[in-house]
This record gives sequence, structure tokens and C-alpha cells, in this order.
Amino acid sequence: MTDVIDRLVGIAPGDPLDALRDQRPNARANAQASFEALFGVPDDATEPENVTRLERLALGYWTVALSQSPTARFYGGLLAAEDSAALAALDAALPCAVTSGPYGDYPDGPLTVENVAGLVWEPSAALTAALGARLAAALAHTHLLVYRPRDSSADALQRLLDAGWTTTGIVTLSQLVAFLSFQLRVVAGLTVLKGELA
Amino acid sequence: MSEQIVSEEVAAEHVVRHTFEAPNAFTQAELGWEAWLEPLPLEDLTERHYDGLVDKGRANSPYFRLLVRDPEILGARTRTDNDIFYNEKGGLTRALRELSAASASRTNGCIFCASVHSRFASHHSKRRDDVQRLLDEGTAAEQDDPQWRAVIDASVALTAIPNDFGPDHIRALREAGLDDVAIIDAINGAAFFNWANRLMLSLGEPTPPKE
Repeated sequence: MTDVIDRLVGIAPGDPLDALRDQRPNARANAQASFEALFGVPDDATEPENVTRLERLALGYWTVALSQSPTARFYGGLLAAEDSAALAALDAALPCAVTSGPYGDYPDGPLTVENVAGLVWEPSAALTAALGARLAAALAHTHLLVYRPRDSSADALQRLLDAGWTTTGIVTLSQLVAFLSFQLRVVAGLTVLKGELA
Repeated sequence: MSEQIVSEEVAAEHVVRHTFEAPNAFTQAELGWEAWLEPLPLEDLTERHYDGLVDKGRANSPYFRLLVRDPEILGARTRTDNDIFYNEKGGLTRALRELSAASASRTNGCIFCASVHSRFASHHSKRRDDVQRLLDEGTAAEQDDPQWRAVIDASVALTAIPNDFGPDHIRALREAGLDDVAIIDAINGAAFFNWANRLMLSLGEPTPPKE
């Protein structure tokens, strides 16, 4: 499989950035292995047990779109190939969900002077009707993880369990959002560096 | 027997709530961490899980035993982490890699991650007061060392949404004497902690330092 970060940055074999990335060969290979673990289609094409392929692609697109990353084009394409109606539903919801971050509150104590208020996004009735309550709950959790991870709580996880997510499914969806938060920043950093190598 | 299995399945579908007072300030002290979801029981770990843990000793950590419920992504995460922070072939010093991690963690507000990586930054740099200032006053606090300034600013810019990282950050890193491998280490270090912070913050909470 093509190295996704290379593709997203536009790195060809033999480019200066290709050689530079090879200085950290395990980071490079395992960033790719992470992508494949989360988004790869299993050989036998069976549905993953705890998080479906459509859920992975929808949450992936939502993560990078909320982050206002240029990688949204790539992940939007993956989602469109699976379910273009789901992409349309997310795109319709996006303008009311996008903001800037990170923000959120600290536990009671000296850091509360650094609390930053911001959007607490909830899916609309239309979005929930289009994608179902289970996926809608995960979209709300993704918004929390992307913008205001310090607002996380046991209550937020209970809401996912109540919406039908398993404990293992929550681990996978958390990894998915968190991994993409890494990947989109590597892509952003390398894209700028690429311009400065020219 | 079957009744017991049913009750275990039901138990897994509820969060674990703690009664301790979680730390409420940034610190270099050694904190613990407890999960809000049930880690995989030790006796359930198979070869596949140990491969995901990478280091067998991590089976003792509630954080890693929760993440190992999806062993493939945990294994890839850990191998990425290890190469970014521990590959000693050139690039950024260990101290500055830890500083990138601490800066991202301070920006996102991860008290646990900031405690670990500020402590490591102090250990490698021997400049505990400069690290403590980053924790106490924030990422904008004065730092005299141009490499520290450039790595902190780059890490904060990469952590912002939307992304605020631009050519000026690359130039500042270069003017501070850092080469392109070091710049990739700074990018990777800050980016990786945007992964780690989101797991640590959302799946559990830090416990108070041991007395």
C-alpha cells in the first residue's frame, strides 16, 4: 500500500523529504501501519467486530474536517466511496460544528483561570436521523476529542456505552481520532518543510 | 458459570468512577493514572496482545492494558512513539524532543502527559527551573535559549486548530541551529503528543503523586 503521509504531502521516491523521513524508519513504517490497522480492509472482507468500516471512515473524515486539515479531501474521498450520503450528511453538519481550539476547562483549582469557553457541539436531529444515534454519539465524542480533550470525562464515555459502543469499540474510535490528530499534523509540518527545502 | 459470564459482560458496559481527587495543577512530580474503562484482565492476554504491548512490562499499566483491547493499533502506536523519541541517530537532542512533548501537552491541557515529559525534559537538560516556568506560566513564558524558544513555538503552532505552523517556524528552528532531521523530530514529537494527549485525557485521569 502507498505510504499515506507521502501521498498527502506529495513526496516521491528520491525526494529530499523521502531521505529525511527514512532517518526515522520505524516512525515512518508504523505511522503507515497505524493507518492500515485503523482503515485497512481485512483480507476476508469481514466486518470488524466493534467499529464498522463506515463508522471508521465517517469518524475519520469528521476528525480531519473539524481540524480543518487539507487531508479532509483524501478522507472525504474514502468515505464517499463507501457511502456518499454519509459524506453529504457530515458536510451539511460541518459549518455549525467547525471552530478553533484547543479549548475547555481544567479541574477546580489554580488552572481554572486558564479555562477557555467554546462550542459544545451536539448532533442535530437531522444528522442523527441520517446516520443513527450510535454514530451520532461518536461524532459528538470526536468533536470533544478534537477541540476540547481536557473536557473529557467518565460521563462522556458512559454516553458512548449507552449509545451501544463496546469498551473495545471506544478504544478503537479513540485511537482513530487521536491517530489522525497526529497524522494531520505530521502532514502539515512536512508540507511546510517541503516548501522550505525547495 | 454462564451467569458469571453474563455479569462480566454487563460490568464491561459501565465506566469505572474514581473517588480520589485528581491533580489540578501542572507538576513535574510522578503521577499515576487510572482508567475510566475496564482494562483487559491480565489473565486474558494472549500472544497477540503481548505483541501489541511491545514491552511485556507494560501489562502492569492500566493505560496499556486498556489500549491493548485493540492490539494492532497499540503496537503501531508504540513503535511510532519509540522511534520518534528514542532513535539516537542525529536530529533533536532528547531534551528538546521531550520539550516538544511537554509543550503540546501544556497546550492541550494534559496534566498527566505534561508531568511525565516535563520531568524527562528536566532530566535530560538539567534545567528544571526553565521547564517549571513552562508549566507554571505557560508556553509563552520567557525562555532564553533560542532552540527552546523555536521548539516550543513550533509545537504550540502544530497543536493549534486550525494549524498555525508556517515557514516562519521552520526558519526559526534553522536559525537556532537545528538541521532538517531535528526539524522532523520536532514536528513528529509535537504531532505525536496530539495523539497521546487525546488518549490520556479521554480514557482516564491522573492520580495524586505518591507521598
